[in-house]
Amino acid sequence: MLDLLFDASFAASVPRFVTPILLAALGGALCERAGVFNIALEGFLLVGAFAAVVGSYFSGSPYIGALAAMLAGVAMGLVFAEFNLRRGGDAIVVSIAINILAAGLTTYLLRAIFDAMGAFSDPAIAGFARISIPGLASLPLIGPFLDGQSPLFYLALLMVPALSFFFARHRLGLRIRAAGENPAALEAGGVGRRRVQLYALMGCGALCGLGGAQLSIANVNLFVESMSAGRGWIAVVAVLLTRGRPWPLFAIAVIFGAVDSMSFRVQGLGMPQQFTDMMPYLATLVVLVALSWWRHGRTANGGTL
Amino acid sequence: MNGIGQGSMAREAVSWAVALAWIAAVLFILMALVGAPFGDALAAFLQNAFGGRRFSYLMATLSRTALIAGMAVSVMLSFRAGLFNIGGEGQLVAGGLAAALAALLLPGPPLFVLTASILAAMLAGAGWALLAGVMQLYVGVPLLVGSLLLNYPIRYIASYVVAHPFRDVQSGMVQSHLVPQATWLSYFPGTRLDIGILFIVAVSLFAVVYSRATVHGYHARMNGLSPAFARTVGLPVSKLTLQTLAMSGAVAGLVGAIAVFGMHHRYIDGMLVQPLYAWTGIIAVLLVGMIPWAVPLSGLFFAAIQTGAAGMERSAGVPKEIALVMQAVIILFVASRVSGALVASSERKAGATDDA
Repeated sequence: MLDLLFDASFAASVPRFVTPILLAALGGALCERAGVFNIALEGFLLVGAFAAVVGSYFSGSPYIGALAAMLAGVAMGLVFAEFNLRRGGDAIVVSIAINILAAGLTTYLLRAIFDAMGAFSDPAIAGFARISIPGLASLPLIGPFLDGQSPLFYLALLMVPALSFFFARHRLGLRIRAAGENPAALEAGGVGRRRVQLYALMGCGALCGLGGAQLSIANVNLFVESMSAGRGWIAVVAVLLTRGRPWPLFAIAVIFGAVDSMSFRVQGLGMPQQFTDMMPYLATLVVLVALSWWRHGRTANGGTL
Repeated sequence: MNGIGQGSMAREAVSWAVALAWIAAVLFILMALVGAPFGDALAAFLQNAFGGRRFSYLMATLSRTALIAGMAVSVMLSFRAGLFNIGGEGQLVAGGLAAALAALLLPGPPLFVLTASILAAMLAGAGWALLAGVMQLYVGVPLLVGSLLLNYPIRYIASYVVAHPFRDVQSGMVQSHLVPQATWLSYFPGTRLDIGILFIVAVSLFAVVYSRATVHGYHARMNGLSPAFARTVGLPVSKLTLQTLAMSGAVAGLVGAIAVFGMHHRYIDGMLVQPLYAWTGIIAVLLVGMIPWAVPLSGLFFAAIQTGAAGMERSAGVPKEIALVMQAVIILFVASRVSGALVASSERKAGATDDA
């Protein structure tokens, strides 16, 4: 049974599941480090997935689709900023509202624009082709995982060190961290905290939008109602677990992505779909429990999150 | 609220007017997208939320109100105690599933079966909520995350149960068999409104009395307003947490049972998840800033939006999801006014207002 699960096509499918979670989680990391408690990643992802289909359908190019997804994500980030940063609404409340907004808006527009109920697929939706990078496939062990993926996967991979560098060295990255860790110092330096948080939210929206594009125009070529299916929430958990540090985030995203991909394959072996659908969430809970026990003492009372 | 001057009241009024204008503008644009005439759509909306022959639509709104207000009360019990339990959906599903299964399996006179099933539903809801509480207290998984993640397994468990072992295969749908007809909640005479709403009225009254006039409710609220203070004065915070969560979950479970015995008479896959009852309950609570007596009214408000939108879809061709957009936009504009226990307890608010 194990060799049925872990073969070349398993290797090829893992990145497909890792990419959306990783991109959304990296976006969430920007917010987390900037001190914005953004748990609307699910909504951001969903809007990205929808906008990608719209952009791709009308332009015929997946790159335009991805661009549309980024812009839509940024727009959601701006909505978040308007109501949380400017109007001072509670971040959790704003997040819940944005998730509902995303669910309603995408379904509404699906019917308004494409006259489709529930799902929309059309040959005119151009998906990302898999790209093969010479030499990659021959790498030992990780080669099969890395080669022949959508460009968004490679972008997500590059974003991990890039974001790590950004937080450690880049001026805006440092300001983002200051906004989260020591706002007084930031303001004393003459930088507005909310402006920095606004940038973080916009970046978060762009990354989540790309994650959504991976779901709708790289993994498949269609949009399905609520197709983010809780991945945004898993990304939120990953961000909370790692406190927004890119490399640990990457590790967690890979674990979740592997479980996601495995559950997809177990389904092919005759396990009821409901149980395989459950696996990513159970895996998330197991990881949470394991990590909590591991750092027991520091989180004795679970916090008041 | 004392000491608000005239100037700030005027400013308040203007900001509400601006918010309303924004909401209207969003709706107008959305309707223009599908080419629906604004006036007709609005008329259809009102007609379908409150009108109908012998007020049949109003009755539909009221039975939806029962479920939303019930979930709102469930959520409020947690929120006021400073417990961010956003797993209402899971507790609701656990309750609905338990109610349907108990009614299908238990022998005996109808009233006994009904009572036992409702109790089973409340126990299931409470149990599912306690699971999240135990994970927070003894494992260190934050309640916000734990309660949310628990929504998904139960959703799929319920889906599996009615898709395989308990499926009404002949119906061709993913749903359980009908529960015995004798256990169905009866309708108010001459209407299609089941008496489930009476349970919710009772629960709402209980919540008001509990929050205002009982020691337990007072302690819970103290914990919500200042966990540190509650701990310092020696309140049994862990016990309080678990008891409150159990209560909150039991109410959600009851709502699930009402949906089964009053509305659908069986468990249909997705019947409690798709209409977003739990999430609507949360925003219904947030809309009125967790004031217990206002929560049912807020539930009615959102129920009216949903049934009104469903009618707008039938008569004016506007997709009913406009209701979700409306709800979200309303909450966004109101969110900045929400305060109280919720805000006090969320340490993670990260200074969203400190420099405003």
